[in-house]
Amino acid sequence: MAILVFIESAEGKIKKTSLEAVAYAHAMGDKVSAIALGTVDKGELEAVGKYGAAKVLSVADERLNQGVIKAYASVLAQAMEAEGADTLVLANSSLGTPVAASVAIKVNASLASNAVELPNTSGGFVVKQSIYTGKAFALVDMKKQKKVIGIKKNAVELKEVGGNAEVAAFSANLSDADFATKITNTEKATGEILLPEAEIVVSGGRGMKGPEHWGMLEDLAKELGAATGCSKPVSDIGWRPHHEHVGQTGVKVAPQLYIAIGISGAIQHLAGVNSSKCIVVINKDPEAPFFKAADYGIVGDAFTVVPKLTEAIKAGK
Amino acid sequence: MKILVCISHVPDTTSKINFVENNTKFDTAGVQFIIGPYDDYALARAIELKESSGATVTVLNVGLAETEPTIRKALAIGADDAIRVNAHPTDSYFVATQIAEHAKGYDLILMGRESIDYNTGVVHSMVGEMLGLPSVSPVMKLDIDGTTVKMQREIEGGKESVEATLPLVAGCQEPIAEWKIPNMRGIMSARTKPLNVVEPKAVDAAVQFQKYELPPPKGAVKMISEDNVAELVTLLKNEAKVL
Ligand SMILES: Cc1cc2nc3c(=O)[nH]c(=O)nc-3n(C[C@H](O)[C@H](O)[C@H](O)COP(=O)(O)OP(=O)(O)OC[C@H]3O[C@@H](n4cnc5c(N)ncnc54)[C@H](O)[C@@H]3O)c2cc1C
Repeated sequence: MAILVFIESAEGKIKKTSLEAVAYAHAMGDKVSAIALGTVDKGELEAVGKYGAAKVLSVADERLNQGVIKAYASVLAQAMEAEGADTLVLANSSLGTPVAASVAIKVNASLASNAVELPNTSGGFVVKQSIYTGKAFALVDMKKQKKVIGIKKNAVELKEVGGNAEVAAFSANLSDADFATKITNTEKATGEILLPEAEIVVSGGRGMKGPEHWGMLEDLAKELGAATGCSKPVSDIGWRPHHEHVGQTGVKVAPQLYIAIGISGAIQHLAGVNSSKCIVVINKDPEAPFFKAADYGIVGDAFTVVPKLTEAIKAGK
Repeated sequence: MKILVCISHVPDTTSKINFVENNTKFDTAGVQFIIGPYDDYALARAIELKESSGATVTVLNVGLAETEPTIRKALAIGADDAIRVNAHPTDSYFVATQIAEHAKGYDLILMGRESIDYNTGVVHSMVGEMLGLPSVSPVMKLDIDGTTVKMQREIEGGKESVEATLPLVAGCQEPIAEWKIPNMRGIMSARTKPLNVVEPKAVDAAVQFQKYELPPPKGAVKMISEDNVAELVTLLKNEAKVL
């Protein structure tokens, strides 16, 4: 049995969550090949070997520099066939998740999404999936011979296990139908730490009073190397862009540290942050429900506490 | 234009999640069920298209009889008729198969980007693949110009503009439209709108559910004085080990 891992890149770098997918496949104990679509630097691809891929297939087709879901799914299905892989592993993302679903139908595989642990193969092939927006888990047995597994951030610990991988070119047959959906424009923050991938998130709520006060949160985020997030009303009013909205109906984050500032802690917001390792809450209301979900809390006015915190972090460096 | 909106019947977002029968069944005690919030956005956009261009809107739900109040609510919001596939929605492959079975002949098949119970976010993509149609998700803007559909899709850290032609499947999220609240007239007329119950297509199970688990309970919060912010930094470094 062989495993194929789809690795995504952003701004020329393989995403950390994709490296986790490689580590996950490696820990499953079978032969692992990875596959990258579009133009990615060879050195980046070779380095994927460190996490357990013996080989990396590179599909250097320029049309794949954009994440065209259908075309990606066609390439992956063909690569599974060519590699004799019966399992595809990838990181859940805005691209990975729909691609996984299409591949599962194409190759007649069982599909699991948001896997949080390695499969238990002691009696079947049981995967633990995060459900109810992180509030629970479901254990499901993947019945079909072929399997597609989408993993959630932090499903495995990332550690180096090997050296460079061999990089091999792979070409797939793609039809016009594969490109029927056209991406006409991409607007993407560059050089920023992406919220879903961030290890530290600084998030602000309505308690910040207005977009003009976000500089304070950005200073703190910069000091910490963090991404910025916000509550739903904040993006609804347009203080912050929509892709920063955290919660049940927004981005689900799983950082090491989540700092919530002027956010009350409504259950729908908590649903998006409950996979964080450590939560810090800064709120002027000691009764704010967020404190019940926090590891550390400070009762105080954000406008005085946040600059102090930024200074304390600078001082502690 | 014929629009199909697929809706899930899920616990209200404020629900406490508990399980019964040895962690094999969701505990419905005290739980309110609603149209999935993302599906609700899809429905709202469909109703807007109905109002602006005279489309017809059919809602589809895969569920047992208990979901009918949720379906009636979608009819009250403005859908013209409904289909209930009479089966427990066991997993995404099963649900996608049922949707694909009934989606033929529709120009636009809308649903939420994901259901808020299983959060898999794959049904739209499966349906698209099963029917050989383009599928796009998560869609935050959708406009139709002839047979061209112009959409905006959210990606990590930004958005993409995407174009495809009808027929098409889209998984929706905000701000594609504002949630609609049924009015009295809608609620009255929903009672007599057609709700057709059909039996499911047999499906070879792709996955077999075993049981649920809850995460371990969270420890108590440690409060720090606002005059001693440096202590927080120390704790984050030495105790939580996250800095
Ligand atoms: C179906 C549904 C889905 C939803 N999905 C989401 C979601 O995904 N994400 C989400 O965030 N919300 C979601 N919501 C909304 C949610 O219920 C809350 O309304 C929202 O999270 C509140 O945002 P907030 O905490 O920023 O604002 P508020 O509730 O207004 O809280 C502001 C907080 O700031 C504090 N504050 C005020 N001034 C200061 C100051 N100077 N210094 C420090 N603290 C201060 C206040 O004490 C208060 O606790 C959803 C709601 C529904 C019904």
